[in-house]
Amino acid sequence: MEFNYGKLGLRVGFEIHQELDTHKLFCNCPSGLRDEEPRLGVKRRLRPTQSELGEVDRAALAEALKGKGFRYQLYPDSVCLVELDEEPPHPVNEEALDITLEAALLLGARPIDEVHTMRKIVIDGSNTCGFQRTLLIATGGRVKVDGKSFHIQTICLEEDAARKMGEGAELIDYRLDRLGIPLVEIATGPDFSDPYTPAKAALYIGQLLRATGKVKRGIGTIRQDINISIAGGARQEIKGLQELALISTLIEREVQRQLALLGIRDEIKWRGGGRIVKKIIDVTGVFSKTGSRVISSALRAGGTVLAIKLPKFAGLLGKELQPARRFGTELADCAKLYGGVGGLFHTDELPAYGISQEEVDGLKRATSAVEGDAIVFVADAKEKAEAALSAVVGRANQALEGVPEETRRALPDGNTEFMRPLPGAGRMYPETDIPPIAITPLRLRQIKARLPEVPEKRRARLMEEYGLGKELAERMSLSENLELFEELVRKSKANPTLIATTLEETLVSLRREDVRVEVIQKAALEELFASVAKGKLVKEAVPEVLKEVARGVSVRTAIEKLGLAVMGRAELEKLVKEIVSSNRELIERRGRAAIAPLMGILMERARGRADGKLVHELLERELRKFEKSKPR
Amino acid sequence: MSGYKGKVQKLLGSASIEVGDRVRVEKAGSVYEGVLMPRTELGDPNHIVLKLASGYNIGIKLGREVKLVGLEKGKPPRLGIPPLEIKRDPSKPDVSIIGTGGTIASRVDYRTGAVYPAFTPEEIYSAVPELADLANIRVIEACNVFSEHMTPELWVKIGKAIAKELDAGASGVVVAHGTDTMGYTAAALSFMLKDLFRPVVLVGSQRSSDRPSSDAALNLIGAVTVAGKSDIAEVCVVMHGSTEDDFCLIHRGTKIRKCHTSRRDTFQTINDIPLGMVRGTELKLFRKDYNRASLEGEVKVDGKFEPRVALLKVTPGMHSSVIEGMLRAGDKGIVLEGTGLGHVPESLFDGIKRAVKRGVPVVMTSQCLWGRIDMKVYSTGRDLLQLGVIPGEDMLPETAYVKLMWVLPHAKGGEEVSKMMRTNLAGEITPRTRPDIFLKPVFSLKPSD
Repeated sequence: MEFNYGKLGLRVGFEIHQELDTHKLFCNCPSGLRDEEPRLGVKRRLRPTQSELGEVDRAALAEALKGKGFRYQLYPDSVCLVELDEEPPHPVNEEALDITLEAALLLGARPIDEVHTMRKIVIDGSNTCGFQRTLLIATGGRVKVDGKSFHIQTICLEEDAARKMGEGAELIDYRLDRLGIPLVEIATGPDFSDPYTPAKAALYIGQLLRATGKVKRGIGTIRQDINISIAGGARQEIKGLQELALISTLIEREVQRQLALLGIRDEIKWRGGGRIVKKIIDVTGVFSKTGSRVISSALRAGGTVLAIKLPKFAGLLGKELQPARRFGTELADCAKLYGGVGGLFHTDELPAYGISQEEVDGLKRATSAVEGDAIVFVADAKEKAEAALSAVVGRANQALEGVPEETRRALPDGNTEFMRPLPGAGRMYPETDIPPIAITPLRLRQIKARLPEVPEKRRARLMEEYGLGKELAERMSLSENLELFEELVRKSKANPTLIATTLEETLVSLRREDVRVEVIQKAALEELFASVAKGKLVKEAVPEVLKEVARGVSVRTAIEKLGLAVMGRAELEKLVKEIVSSNRELIERRGRAAIAPLMGILMERARGRADGKLVHELLERELRKFEKSKPR
Repeated sequence: MSGYKGKVQKLLGSASIEVGDRVRVEKAGSVYEGVLMPRTELGDPNHIVLKLASGYNIGIKLGREVKLVGLEKGKPPRLGIPPLEIKRDPSKPDVSIIGTGGTIASRVDYRTGAVYPAFTPEEIYSAVPELADLANIRVIEACNVFSEHMTPELWVKIGKAIAKELDAGASGVVVAHGTDTMGYTAAALSFMLKDLFRPVVLVGSQRSSDRPSSDAALNLIGAVTVAGKSDIAEVCVVMHGSTEDDFCLIHRGTKIRKCHTSRRDTFQTINDIPLGMVRGTELKLFRKDYNRASLEGEVKVDGKFEPRVALLKVTPGMHSSVIEGMLRAGDKGIVLEGTGLGHVPESLFDGIKRAVKRGVPVVMTSQCLWGRIDMKVYSTGRDLLQLGVIPGEDMLPETAYVKLMWVLPHAKGGEEVSKMMRTNLAGEITPRTRPDIFLKPVFSLKPSD
């Protein structure tokens, strides 16, 4: 679907969260994730803290209403009392602070004179202490995309949250390995007005961060949150996006969702609908002989069926907001979250799922619904069903206003689902366990002095200085092998393109063949390329040698073992003569065109021991000789 | 208190800017707008702190090139909480909470970042609503100090406040206390409160109550439950029983020690098992040998303490001059934290001899903490007994120290001091050492299921 985004007043901003490659932010634990089953689990609860006037933050309250406990999985050898909230935080990881300052300077942002650690209340359990520690490091800065400049608002250093591993009826499981990993958070202004530029800007910032050489790579180490709104709609914070390619789809679908919600609002207004009263009715009796497996199993487990009437909502629950997500799905998100139920039924989709028309009619009678009303019902334990329907009423009432501000989770297909209401602005208070840190001019000077090249400059330099092609220069400019590449060129004097291709392509494809390339040492690469530079080895033989070296053999032994020592000129000449004379018929038939097949035969026979260029030269000479000697 | 000093204070004064005002700061092309926050005393004096609209605090170094403009006067913080109608429910026990200085419950003002302690019953109810179902709460403040600044005089003050509440009909008393010296206060109250007929429960927290993960609420609910519902007529400590938010243990006031600098389950009963546990509002007692509560009675506060008592940790090569210094300073009693079964290096013998000769009793405890003093096994122990050192059985060094402070004014002469120190007065000495009480694992070592 193509929208006129300008006319819709689309505003998009995003936050990039990038894990830094250093130990944890407030303790000395390593920043690695663990895959094996943990041996220890600690159960905890969080309580919303009271703020001024006895108000509890609305996001905090939403979590508290869910009433779940948390079970923290931990590994005593890599998770300490700090992550477990049993020891005060240690001083801020200075290396993480330096990397963040470096990123800030690369983006042209201005560091804060004195940095304060703040506590941002988060009581979904993802932080054991009930807040995330975060530091504002710099403000301002710009990112340029397609010639246009966009604002960077803030650059923060914060601790990553624990990993959610699962959720049961009573407990949510979190793994503490990720909690405390330093993240740099870069937030742009809401400057983007189309769905396509944000991805480009995000890509650029990601490349810039990688240029520091001190950020983690791989799945989950960089994440984007997107803020989206349209005129008349409301700001949504969409979390957990890991694929840049999905950003434009996500934005398009959010625009689509907000427009559909505005449409629902207008439709209800037109129908004369008003605020829905929460009147929950027990309709268990209607389903005494039901054919629905979901309902009958809930009843067998001692549950009840509770229903609520949504006056004038008929047809709207089935209205599609995003592909395969209807307004009913939004209601179900709330019911699941606040009631802990598996899902809900609504009359827009019935009769179906084993529920008969008779039962639908019974429902209507029980709730005294009339034409144009919709009914939502839930089969579960009474308490859960009640909480679920309360949430449904709350969400349906919000639909009368249009689009509620929400924090939503990105789904793999570009849709989103409800996570929690957008948190209030002031959920922050100072972390009293950590004194403020002054960012001294000396520190900034030192960081400035060793600032890496920005990727576009680096790319140009690689093309100019080393003669790399555009594509290879691009890859090399973003590669973690850059430093190694430059060192190998300097020391081995071999062709830079060969070295770059070997590092960026050959080693990668060898790894895919399960060759243990990680055991290959820098010294071995140096020796290998030096051999090529000195003409002792042809470049075609490099992959074969690397395979041997990966088995733990030295370069020299590998070359000897494989019989790859380059053939002497005399030896080659002899081989060329032999091949030419044994293929007379071919040469006579094809003339000069025989060169290609003869080259093939020769290279095959030389098995990587001959330089292709020299073979070609010798072959041409031999063919000329052959032609001359031919009887005319 | 704004915390600003010197030049910065002057500058703020001349621009009539006060903490809480909204200000704009222009510096080197950057413009920051926010609310001026108070400055911590430890920070560099040339910075001001702003709270930005995003909630972040930042420090800005002032200098000649900085332009500071006041935008809007701050509104005084409204600290009121919605009035809560509390009616006494006669079917529920009356529990008095005595404050000593720590915060039992608190709330955060996110506008300024300040943390306000909850003091009135209304504030405590609204911070820990579960308490309303448990008891009718009364709140009294006995003193207002950090627990490391607690003194023997304040122990007595707290003791008198407890007696007053119980004699006035409270079902039980909860004493909210900082954790650092809670063990000392618990021991002091145990010796001081005579004819105690209702529960007295000390409680604290290891994670401050302004954070969502605070242990304060669970501990307080546990403490109020023990004070309101249990039949333990003793001084006890109720704190987290494990690192989980699961249950609290009920410890006897004379056998308790803070054993970890920061963990929730820092308090452990040493050389004995706890009296029981409380999970939610469910009480479970582990033993029968405790004083039973009765409905009526009158608590006597026997609050005479000799403040000049020293607790000395013995180290290898320690010289007698250490003890001589104590004697010169006028100490009236010395508790040694000896090595192993109750030993000291020979180099201390002279000092000990001199103390005993001067009528200053010397009591032996062990720095092992776990186990019992036995000074008859090795010759050094026998020598020390010969010198007149009083073996402190399985008493904790801190408990023995508090006990000696209490015993000195109550005993007539050295013989009686020795006898009282070796006699169990308030559960501080156990006659037998259980085999299951050494370094009980404090972690739930169970597979993650």
